[in-house]
Amino acid sequence: MKISRHCFLKIRSAMPALSLALVTVLALALGCTKKPTNTNEILVGEFGSFSGSEATFGQSTSEGVKLAFAEINKKGGINGKQLRLISLDNQGKPEEARAAVQRLITQDKVVAVLGEVASSRSLAAAPVAQQYQVPLITPSSTNPKVTEIGDYVFRVCFIDPFQGLVMAKFAALDLKKKRVAILRDVKSDYSTGLADVFATEFKKLGGEIVADESYQAGETDFKAQLTQLKGKKPDAIFVPGYYTEVGLIARQTRQLGMTAPLLGGDGWDSEKLSELGQDAIKGSYFSNHYTTESTEPIVTNFIKAYRDAYGGKTPDGLAALGYDAAGILIQAISRTTEITPKNIRDEIAKTVDYPGVTGKITINEKRDATKSAVVVQVDGKVNRFIKTIAP
Amino acid sequence: MAALTDQTARFNTLKSLPAPVVAMMALIGLGVLFDNFTNAYTQFVMVLILTNVVLATSLNLVNGFTGQFSLGHAGFMAVGAYTSAWLVTRPELGALPDFLKFLLLPIGGGLLAAVAGYIVGLPSLRLRGDYLAIVTLGFGEIIRVALLNSDSLGGARGMYGIPSTEAVPALGLTAFSAQFAVASVWAVITFVTLWRIVHSAKGRAFLSVREDEIAAEAMGINITQTKVRAFVISAFFAGVGGSLFAHSVKYLNPSTFTFTKSVDIIIMIVLGGMGSLTGSVIAAVIITILPEMVLRELQQLTGIDLRMVIYSLLLILFMILRPSGILGRLEATDLWKMTLGRRKAEDRKVEGQRVEGKA
Repeated sequence: MKISRHCFLKIRSAMPALSLALVTVLALALGCTKKPTNTNEILVGEFGSFSGSEATFGQSTSEGVKLAFAEINKKGGINGKQLRLISLDNQGKPEEARAAVQRLITQDKVVAVLGEVASSRSLAAAPVAQQYQVPLITPSSTNPKVTEIGDYVFRVCFIDPFQGLVMAKFAALDLKKKRVAILRDVKSDYSTGLADVFATEFKKLGGEIVADESYQAGETDFKAQLTQLKGKKPDAIFVPGYYTEVGLIARQTRQLGMTAPLLGGDGWDSEKLSELGQDAIKGSYFSNHYTTESTEPIVTNFIKAYRDAYGGKTPDGLAALGYDAAGILIQAISRTTEITPKNIRDEIAKTVDYPGVTGKITINEKRDATKSAVVVQVDGKVNRFIKTIAP
Repeated sequence: MAALTDQTARFNTLKSLPAPVVAMMALIGLGVLFDNFTNAYTQFVMVLILTNVVLATSLNLVNGFTGQFSLGHAGFMAVGAYTSAWLVTRPELGALPDFLKFLLLPIGGGLLAAVAGYIVGLPSLRLRGDYLAIVTLGFGEIIRVALLNSDSLGGARGMYGIPSTEAVPALGLTAFSAQFAVASVWAVITFVTLWRIVHSAKGRAFLSVREDEIAAEAMGINITQTKVRAFVISAFFAGVGGSLFAHSVKYLNPSTFTFTKSVDIIIMIVLGGMGSLTGSVIAAVIITILPEMVLRELQQLTGIDLRMVIYSLLLILFMILRPSGILGRLEATDLWKMTLGRRKAEDRKVEGQRVEGKA
């Protein structure tokens, strides 16, 4: 008798598991049944890292995307049809990003997908979009490989090397520099990509690269390389690295008595930069996607709308890119006569001079965005807007 | 007597063969069903379940049965995943038929992972408890950082476009059901191997190390050797799981194999019951389905994303209600036997009463 009660208890204690199993089966059945599709809605999917260690990236982007959708829906949608956004979280994990996009496309039957910030998750998910022939627009994956996946994958940000071109133009034409030295992070694709493009473009514009030294991320002493550079007397130093090293490099440059300004890319974009570099980094220039200092009406309108929608928060670059990605998609959908993923893809590919917050965007034959970048000058905590440079 | 046990053992081996084959066939049949009645998303989750079954049961051998706390399972999984993804591109394997190649790839991933398990296990398994946890954690990080810095394996960008098995018309399998069949075969092999090991004499050695190392040593068991053995077997199947993972997700990135991945698998075995293989299987199914299919459904119905909140709450609730996991140290078959045992006991009682009545 004792045994049987014991056994009964064991079975009863397995009840939570059994009920959970039941719930799963129910959910499965629920998932498999065809949901009635609302013909007055256009479904668009979004996937991003809304939780996990990179949650801020996903949330910012999503806020930008949602703002764009709210604006078009307020205006009455596209041909009387409202747009509905389905946002799925991937916790910053590539395998979940793949699952999310698979769900959006095969279960929710969205006509297009927006996402991801990180190139790794775009690389994991984009093949699904390509396989099912549903267009995917990534707002801010800069790795060139992402759009190489197939003809259904687009991006609205510039790819890494473009910033090399921007800074070469800026150095030669605006700052009128003739002799520039390069200090690159040899271990980083990003850094070498920028440095190589900068060197070729700067030479084309009649400048001279007087030295090309290298360092590795994680180093803290750059005096050896900087002393080499000093001997060549450069007018400016191009340091396409990340803010941690750039801050230290700036200080050591000044310690060695060099006054030439430093130039860089969006890897500098952090509040930490001025903390690390302090006065030494002041007056240096770097290229970026967008600046809140811009006076163009489209940017000021966006910032105002964003602040109204999200309790006074200032949109960061990712929010602006999310807004533009959604904007390009909405415009492409509105140009199609019949809304199918194939038609939308064709219209996205035809995007020319879309007036985005992050510049005029044209989608080129590689499905990358050709667009302008902004150059800003470091001035303490804030970055002063200097110039917009078109490709 | 010795001859008799020998005979019974041989008989048992034969007797134990049909069950796994039937399980494999049933799973493959299930795959064909999924293929016809569900969408690609559900199918993706189903393969993920089988992968997690492999990972959870194999970790249970070390953490549950041998009582060693390893936090490095994601590291072994990464070794298996990258090895398999690298092997598949080798032209030397091109001669093999597609399906067979993918059926054999997990062995490659598993073997290298087992070697890694041996290298890590030998020096570190002399440590106990927290110290071992830290060492295995460190090992996992070393693997991850090494992968992050190896350009030939994609580095931080990751490996993408990893192929997976294609349709096998000869066997009536589509691309998905073939993939599901590969995963099914390996899930069953993993489960049966571990089951047989745990229930063998060598398996008893694992249990004795868990229960009391000093007593086990006094009984003539080489503690370190036993631990290393458990570790190597566990690492092998972690590599197999990694290989299945690589060919279903088709993208690998070092950031996947952080220690949170190890913790995910630990959650599965704790929820299922440390020292219960069937418990691990049940928990792997629940943990994979819960956040993906159940909670995403809920999120779309309600419109708020509380997925991770509910998931964590459920885990906490579960652990409060059932601290030893779903099955504790029992197996699902034990429950079955117990029900049978009760019935038999009752039968005997009835019979006894009858006998008494007659008398």
